[in-house]
Amino acid sequence: MAKAAILSYIKRDSFVHELTGTTKLIFFILWSVASMITYDTRVLVCMLFMSVVIFKISKIKIKDISVVLGLAAIFLIMNNLFVYLFSPEYGVGLYGSRTVVLTIAGPYTITLQQLFYHLNMTMKVICVVPVALLFIACTDPSEFAASLANIGVSYRIGYSVSLALRYIPDVQREYHNISQAQQARGIDLSGKDKLFTRMKNSVAILLPLVLSSLNRIETISNAMELRGFGKNKKRTWYRLRRMTGKDWFVVVFVAAVLVIDLLVTFWDGSRYYNPFL
Amino acid sequence: MSTPIISFQDYGFQYMAQAEPTLHHINLDIYPGEKVLIAGTSGSGKSTIGNCINGLIPFAYPGEKTGVLLVDGKEADKSSIFELSHTVGTVLQDTDGQFIGLTVGEDIAFAAENDCVVQDEMKQIVDKVAKLVDIDHHLDYAPHELSGGQKQRVSLAGVMVEEVKVLLFDEPLANLDPAAGRTTIELIDTVHERTKAAVIVIEHRLEDVLWRSMDRIVLMNEGRVIADMPTAKLLAGNYLLEHGIREPLYLTALRYAGVAIEEKMHPEHVDKLCLTDAHKEMVLNWYQKQKALIQQQEAGEELLKVEHLTFGYTPQKRNLQDVSFTIHKGEMVSIVGRNGAGKSTLAKLICGFEQPLSGAIYMAGRNLSGDTIKERAANIGYVMQNPNQMISKPMIWDEVELALLQEEMTGEERKKRVEETLKVCGLYPFRNWPVSALSFGQKKRVTIASILVQRPQVIILDEPTAGQDYHHYTEIMEFLKELNAQGYTILMITHDMHLMLEYTPRAIVFSEGKMLADTTAAHVLNDPCLVQAANLKETSLYSLSMACGIEEPQTFTECFISYEKKEER
Repeated sequence: MAKAAILSYIKRDSFVHELTGTTKLIFFILWSVASMITYDTRVLVCMLFMSVVIFKISKIKIKDISVVLGLAAIFLIMNNLFVYLFSPEYGVGLYGSRTVVLTIAGPYTITLQQLFYHLNMTMKVICVVPVALLFIACTDPSEFAASLANIGVSYRIGYSVSLALRYIPDVQREYHNISQAQQARGIDLSGKDKLFTRMKNSVAILLPLVLSSLNRIETISNAMELRGFGKNKKRTWYRLRRMTGKDWFVVVFVAAVLVIDLLVTFWDGSRYYNPFL
Repeated sequence: MSTPIISFQDYGFQYMAQAEPTLHHINLDIYPGEKVLIAGTSGSGKSTIGNCINGLIPFAYPGEKTGVLLVDGKEADKSSIFELSHTVGTVLQDTDGQFIGLTVGEDIAFAAENDCVVQDEMKQIVDKVAKLVDIDHHLDYAPHELSGGQKQRVSLAGVMVEEVKVLLFDEPLANLDPAAGRTTIELIDTVHERTKAAVIVIEHRLEDVLWRSMDRIVLMNEGRVIADMPTAKLLAGNYLLEHGIREPLYLTALRYAGVAIEEKMHPEHVDKLCLTDAHKEMVLNWYQKQKALIQQQEAGEELLKVEHLTFGYTPQKRNLQDVSFTIHKGEMVSIVGRNGAGKSTLAKLICGFEQPLSGAIYMAGRNLSGDTIKERAANIGYVMQNPNQMISKPMIWDEVELALLQEEMTGEERKKRVEETLKVCGLYPFRNWPVSALSFGQKKRVTIASILVQRPQVIILDEPTAGQDYHHYTEIMEFLKELNAQGYTILMITHDMHLMLEYTPRAIVFSEGKMLADTTAAHVLNDPCLVQAANLKETSLYSLSMACGIEEPQTFTECFISYEKKEER
């Protein structure tokens, strides 16, 4: 059966893969904070450059994650579009000057300031996306729960993430089987029928799928309890890896990035770098 | 004897959601190091006993109890599920569902993780138990990369991480093919020898469990202990048949031949059986008499024909390679082989779920290659293993009617068709019931009815009796036999050797995508090469006929089956 996974662990041999899950999680969090806080173009350009370098190091190919990248791009375009529609003069207010490039209609003019604001906003997102995707694509799912617990998240939450990962392939296979059997009973799910009929028909697959998933949940929760899950406040992890020199280096690096980011951004008392002065 | 590790004293239990108690006045002691088999039909209360021992009752399934249950000297319901898990290790029935970790190593370590064992120590423990159950070369494997038997090893290792005093197996054979089942029983025996833990096996497949010796059998029926005695003594009596459990085949054969089963004959294993010359004489005489009565059936006209069928999910690997056979009208045929041998793939190709790389399928002489899934469904019905995966309507009538709603017919016609089908399937009295009120076997009937309503000529069933006890097995199979007698042609994918023998004269054997044999079921089970290739195991009738000096075990098996059919009538 063809694999339908949109985004999952991709096993490669790279520096990013060698880092522990905890390191990657910390990196991801601090990196996101850093890019969220700043609107300083100089900082963003540097971070964008680093993002691309990290992506290269990870040996993950663009085509491995093309679907998600596509979705992210669509989201980004929509975001830009709506920001412009609702406040086309936001950049003007921010940067305190107004240089009109083009007048469209009514209140909608394109100003240099607004364009610059959009550029910064886009860069912020582009800084984070590769790092977020790498965190998922380069972290062994087995380490997911352990690394979440390691930074203080309750292991129950971490484990539910892990269980979901465990069951996604099973449920996909089951969906496939059920849908074939239902098609044999004349329930068509291909494009031939009307949308409403198709929606009604997909219920014929979802009901058995939900019921059998409920059964699964009962079995797994029994199995987990019988083996002592939830007994203690803490638990240890078979697949947790210890932080090595490399990991500390990366953590210190990302912390430094955040500090420099804060310093540069707030040096002149504003989050925005203003080239229009 | 020492003090029992588990002691039921006049124990009774009633689930909160149920009107009647499930267990009544149970008195049962299990001692350290014992090996006990708890047998009984579905609904006899045998699984409930298991749940009481491991603490799922009352901690996960609340209810009301009477009497006392002591586990390792402490009252079970005043303890906790966690505390009990240090004493009792439970291997559940569903090998796949109880696999918690993403890999074998993690799954084995699960209990130790919860116990906050430090990582280095944990790795040592995992390596040790993995070796003990012989899964140490697969520590990085994901569950879907393992066979059923291997998953069971992992579950066993997972509970052995704690040094438990009792190992509890809830229907360990339910999801395994015969060869894997046999290995599991051997594994349980080895683990018992090495750990000296008490072993409790809950199972209705008696002969398979007795492949290795059990000290005692506890027979349950309707929530009560009917018999609790050494294996040999129980087998010598008539308890099993009376309570819906199939006794070992060799014993049935002996009874047919008129031999009275006694304790001193060592009836617990076919290889240990002590038969006198007089006994052997009786078997031989019976055999000669029956042999004369066997008749050959004539084949009907050609219905489904498969020619040089080849298929692969990926270009490199062939899941089916050059398969050809013909099914005649009115036949009932088994398709056997180990998991991944290509049986299900074949069914999918016939139904049109997948398209072959080469070769063709003919239905009554017409090539099906251009037909869609729906068009084929008019002639070929496919019934999945698990009825819960097929039923998509809450009411029986709606479920059976579903396929007809897609066809153009008047409401009157449709109503008539559904009524007829429900009558054929014995579901007419339940037509306005909700599906959820039915038992597993009845749900199976509903799924078969929902296929039959399309009036197909061939029905393909995937493991129609998996996990069913003798009673429900017989119920489902007799129903299929009736349908067969009405002219439906039936193909069954199965692991159940007895089903093959008893109900399908013909069997097609697959191994690694190739068709190995197309012959009689009795022949398959008496040919050691085929038995091994298909992950089956030879029946005990084979050993019995050898012991009695009968040189044609295959004919002996055929005699047994035809005699059994006559007996039932």
